Amino acid sequence: MAEPPVKGGAALAEVSGLNVRFVTREATVHAVNGVSFRVQPGEVLCILGESGSGKTVTLRALMRLLPPRRTQITGNVRVDGQDVLAMPPRALRDLRGGLVAMIFQEPMTALDPVYTVGRQIGETVRRHTGCDRRKARARALELLELVRVPSAARRLDAYPHELSGGLRQRAMIAMALSCSPRLLLADEPTTALDATVQVQVLVLLRRLQRELGMGMIFVTHDLGVAAEIADRVAVMYAGRIVESGPVARILKAPAHPYTAGLLASTVHGQPRERDIDAIPGSPPDLRRLPPGCSFAPRCPRRTAECRRAMPEPRSPEPGHMAACFAVTGAGGVWS
Amino acid sequence: MTDFFVIPAKAEIQSSKPPTAALDPRFLGCGDVSEQQTEPGFEDQALPATRVRGYWQSVFYRLRHDPVTLVFAAIVLLIVLAAEFAPLLAPFDPYKESIVGRLKPFGWRDHPLGTDELGRDMLSRLLFGGRVSLLMGVVPVLIASLIGGMLGVLAGFVGGRTNTAVMRAMDVFYAFPSVLLAVAIAGAMGGGMANGMLALTLVFIPPMCRVAETATTQVRALDFIEAARASGAKTMTIIRYHVLGNVLGPVFIYASSLVSVSILLASGLSFLGLGVRPPLPDWGLMLSTLRQSIYVVPLVCALPGLAIFITSICCNLVSDGLRAAMDVRM
Amino acid sequence: MNSPAYNGPVLDPRDRGGPHQPLLIARDLRKHFPVKGSGGRSVKAVDGVSFSVRKGETLGVVGESGCGKSTLARLLLHLVVPDAGELVFDGDRVDTPELPIRALRRQVQIVFQDSYSSLNPRMPVRDSVAFGPFVQGKKRQRARDIACEMLGKVGLDPDLFGPRYPHELSGGQKQRVNIARALATEPRMVILDEPVSALDKSVEAQVLNLLRALKRQFNLTYLFISHDLNVVRYLSDRILVMYLGRAVEIGAIDAVFERPLHPYTRALLASQPSMDPARRIEEAPISGDPPNPIDPPPGCRFHTRCRSAEAPCQRTDPALGVWEGPQSHVAACHMHDTASGHTLAHG
Repeated sequence: MAEPPVKGGAALAEVSGLNVRFVTREATVHAVNGVSFRVQPGEVLCILGESGSGKTVTLRALMRLLPPRRTQITGNVRVDGQDVLAMPPRALRDLRGGLVAMIFQEPMTALDPVYTVGRQIGETVRRHTGCDRRKARARALELLELVRVPSAARRLDAYPHELSGGLRQRAMIAMALSCSPRLLLADEPTTALDATVQVQVLVLLRRLQRELGMGMIFVTHDLGVAAEIADRVAVMYAGRIVESGPVARILKAPAHPYTAGLLASTVHGQPRERDIDAIPGSPPDLRRLPPGCSFAPRCPRRTAECRRAMPEPRSPEPGHMAACFAVTGAGGVWS
Repeated sequence: MTDFFVIPAKAEIQSSKPPTAALDPRFLGCGDVSEQQTEPGFEDQALPATRVRGYWQSVFYRLRHDPVTLVFAAIVLLIVLAAEFAPLLAPFDPYKESIVGRLKPFGWRDHPLGTDELGRDMLSRLLFGGRVSLLMGVVPVLIASLIGGMLGVLAGFVGGRTNTAVMRAMDVFYAFPSVLLAVAIAGAMGGGMANGMLALTLVFIPPMCRVAETATTQVRALDFIEAARASGAKTMTIIRYHVLGNVLGPVFIYASSLVSVSILLASGLSFLGLGVRPPLPDWGLMLSTLRQSIYVVPLVCALPGLAIFITSICCNLVSDGLRAAMDVRM
Repeated sequence: MNSPAYNGPVLDPRDRGGPHQPLLIARDLRKHFPVKGSGGRSVKAVDGVSFSVRKGETLGVVGESGCGKSTLARLLLHLVVPDAGELVFDGDRVDTPELPIRALRRQVQIVFQDSYSSLNPRMPVRDSVAFGPFVQGKKRQRARDIACEMLGKVGLDPDLFGPRYPHELSGGQKQRVNIARALATEPRMVILDEPVSALDKSVEAQVLNLLRALKRQFNLTYLFISHDLNVVRYLSDRILVMYLGRAVEIGAIDAVFERPLHPYTRALLASQPSMDPARRIEEAPISGDPPNPIDPPPGCRFHTRCRSAEAPCQRTDPALGVWEGPQSHVAACHMHDTASGHTLAHG
């Protein structure tokens, strides 16, 4: 009984013109270059990209989890109407874990090894609700059962290293859900997991998202994972969104050459006699981006115009945007 | 306000050669690679735009841009040069005594830094003493690095019982505080410069061994060692080509930090009479003999101590700078 | 670029056993790593694995964490010494006077998963590749020339990339260097231990194409280890499925993928995302995590997670089945052994 995401209603998260640069003595890395998107309540947006595409940095900017001294962020980030980039530290601490929660890729490093799982979940609960220890523990138990951890009561007193990878990931999800966030940010949470465990976590996340009505932004490099979990997909390359739209459209009929190339080069049942259609070359150096479209050097459909100017997003169909000169359609803004 | 949105107008893709089809098109399985050859600025297997910089080159680059370390390195260099050219620089013979001119202050009769308790020129003695002190600072560290380093690398690479045997033997020496150990060994052997250096060498072998062993153990766990073994290389070949280059860094950093300690310890040994014997000039020995005269000409008597202090501290700070420069995360 | 996936073996000049002799036979390989301070317990990383690799084919090895596939890779080269079992390379038993380990390592090479730690950070890439030939007796300059040639064969311009250090290269480029390094000594067989797992998908495709081309060009035999079933399906002729140190299924690639015999293989296949949003996996085919190789369950190791587990499964460990020939498809499961007492057993 999934509620279709409310269109045209107030967006749960809204990012416009986000730019993130990391400044070091030796170089400036343009990690994110003008990213805009919107997430509706109850919707799952998947940010798809390879390493260096800027997807993780974008996610962390939503909670301002980037190193403050080296980072220059400009643009607009609003979650539930609040301006995240302009927030004072106290409000930011309330936001993190409260309204917005995040789950990470490597559960072993995201969980503190010297505290039991129950204690860590309880700590988050107490920080945000101010309740006493017993109530926090009860809530932790409730959460572990929500994420289907077997023998939850026993696991409350387990240390992270005593749990298997899948259980640790569930514990981390429980911790993230402890204060009923309305927006869940997931940074490649299944990448480090085995296939049989990954599918369990994906099914769990999907179920929880539906039941709790959370919006979710899920970052991944795996098209299969995106197919399993997303309502909408935004494809990123070199710090920019190059295509966005409903998941079925993006995976079946992508408009942008990069997305098409990504699909073609993902090994999935190709005949064994032929080579895979790989995208030639490598991703660009974020310290020295080429002028014009960042994908042009590797694009089979590039023209001279591609190197001169940045393509504006165009919409071949409603709800589907691609930033490419080769795409025909009305101009538009990222949604 | 600078406009962050705009891509730098003249962003270049650096390449050291005109673009070629760096990839054999057979292996791409797609696309017409020849077309890309004619368009400048596009490369297939593009290298990151950093310059070709080896490890040592980036070390030098960082050092060049580290003004603090450069200043102290310059001071150390000055001290070394002064000691090296002591015969040319010293105004007087460091051994020439004078009954009349004892414990004279700065500037007395062309003695810029005064005279010591036997009337010898302080400046000359400091310069010549620098030679001895520096020698006793560097030589033990050098020899200890060689011996301790070799032991450590072997113990680290071979592992198992050999490792346990070597490292536990080193631990025995660790049980003693270094000063005490140096004093004990030098004392037992009867003092003198050579024995002093020997004592210091023995004191420094265990820590060098440990540093080398740790570094080797870390390197050994990496895949390229396995790959080298899989190529059929013998143990000594692997150590020579793969381990040493990677272990040299930590060993060198640690050795450089030991130099300042060594200077201090050597001076200490001489101070106690267990190192250099008189009339050889040595800063520690000079401190010892000038000790009683401190109320007569305090500034002159403090000079050897000042020399030890400055040299040791500068060496220490240079070694810190080296560590920062060499700790390049590759 | 059409070519048959697996033609009959083209004989190498160093061939000794003839076209019907498997290039590599592993019998009952066993390796247990003792766990310190736990009173004699050990991690049973590989616990009795037997298989063979035919000349000119690609054998894919799949399994999840703890199944022992990486240990297996190292056992085949004696980088880790097996506790028990034997290896036969082209008819000669390994680690005997007929075929000492050093000679084995001339003919079998390995590419590791972590492209970064596989290369000496203080050595230019060309020297890393030249090390193999140099160690095996070539002169320094000749080794360098071979290295440059190999770098060219893997798609890296030797003048541009040869003097570079590993940290200047991207992940895909580093992996190409590793492949060049493995091929520099002209092996007959290459063990690929998850060579593309750490790479981006677009780069993965390039490297896979490269591996295919090199296999044809140099007449190689591959043992391809991966956790990614799609990649294994694309590249392999036969597949070996491992679980907790044991081989649980082995057979021709299409047979195993279309008609998997072992419940674990079925679960593994069902866990693959479909890439079609309309056909999402509604329920996880298997629950829990792979168990700990220190204390594997008694009897069939998979029975704790198996939906069809019954009494015989808890008692006895099923055998892999009789290997009849190249097209055999066998699984270590009581359901395929009529003598086991399992209610669903059939031949």
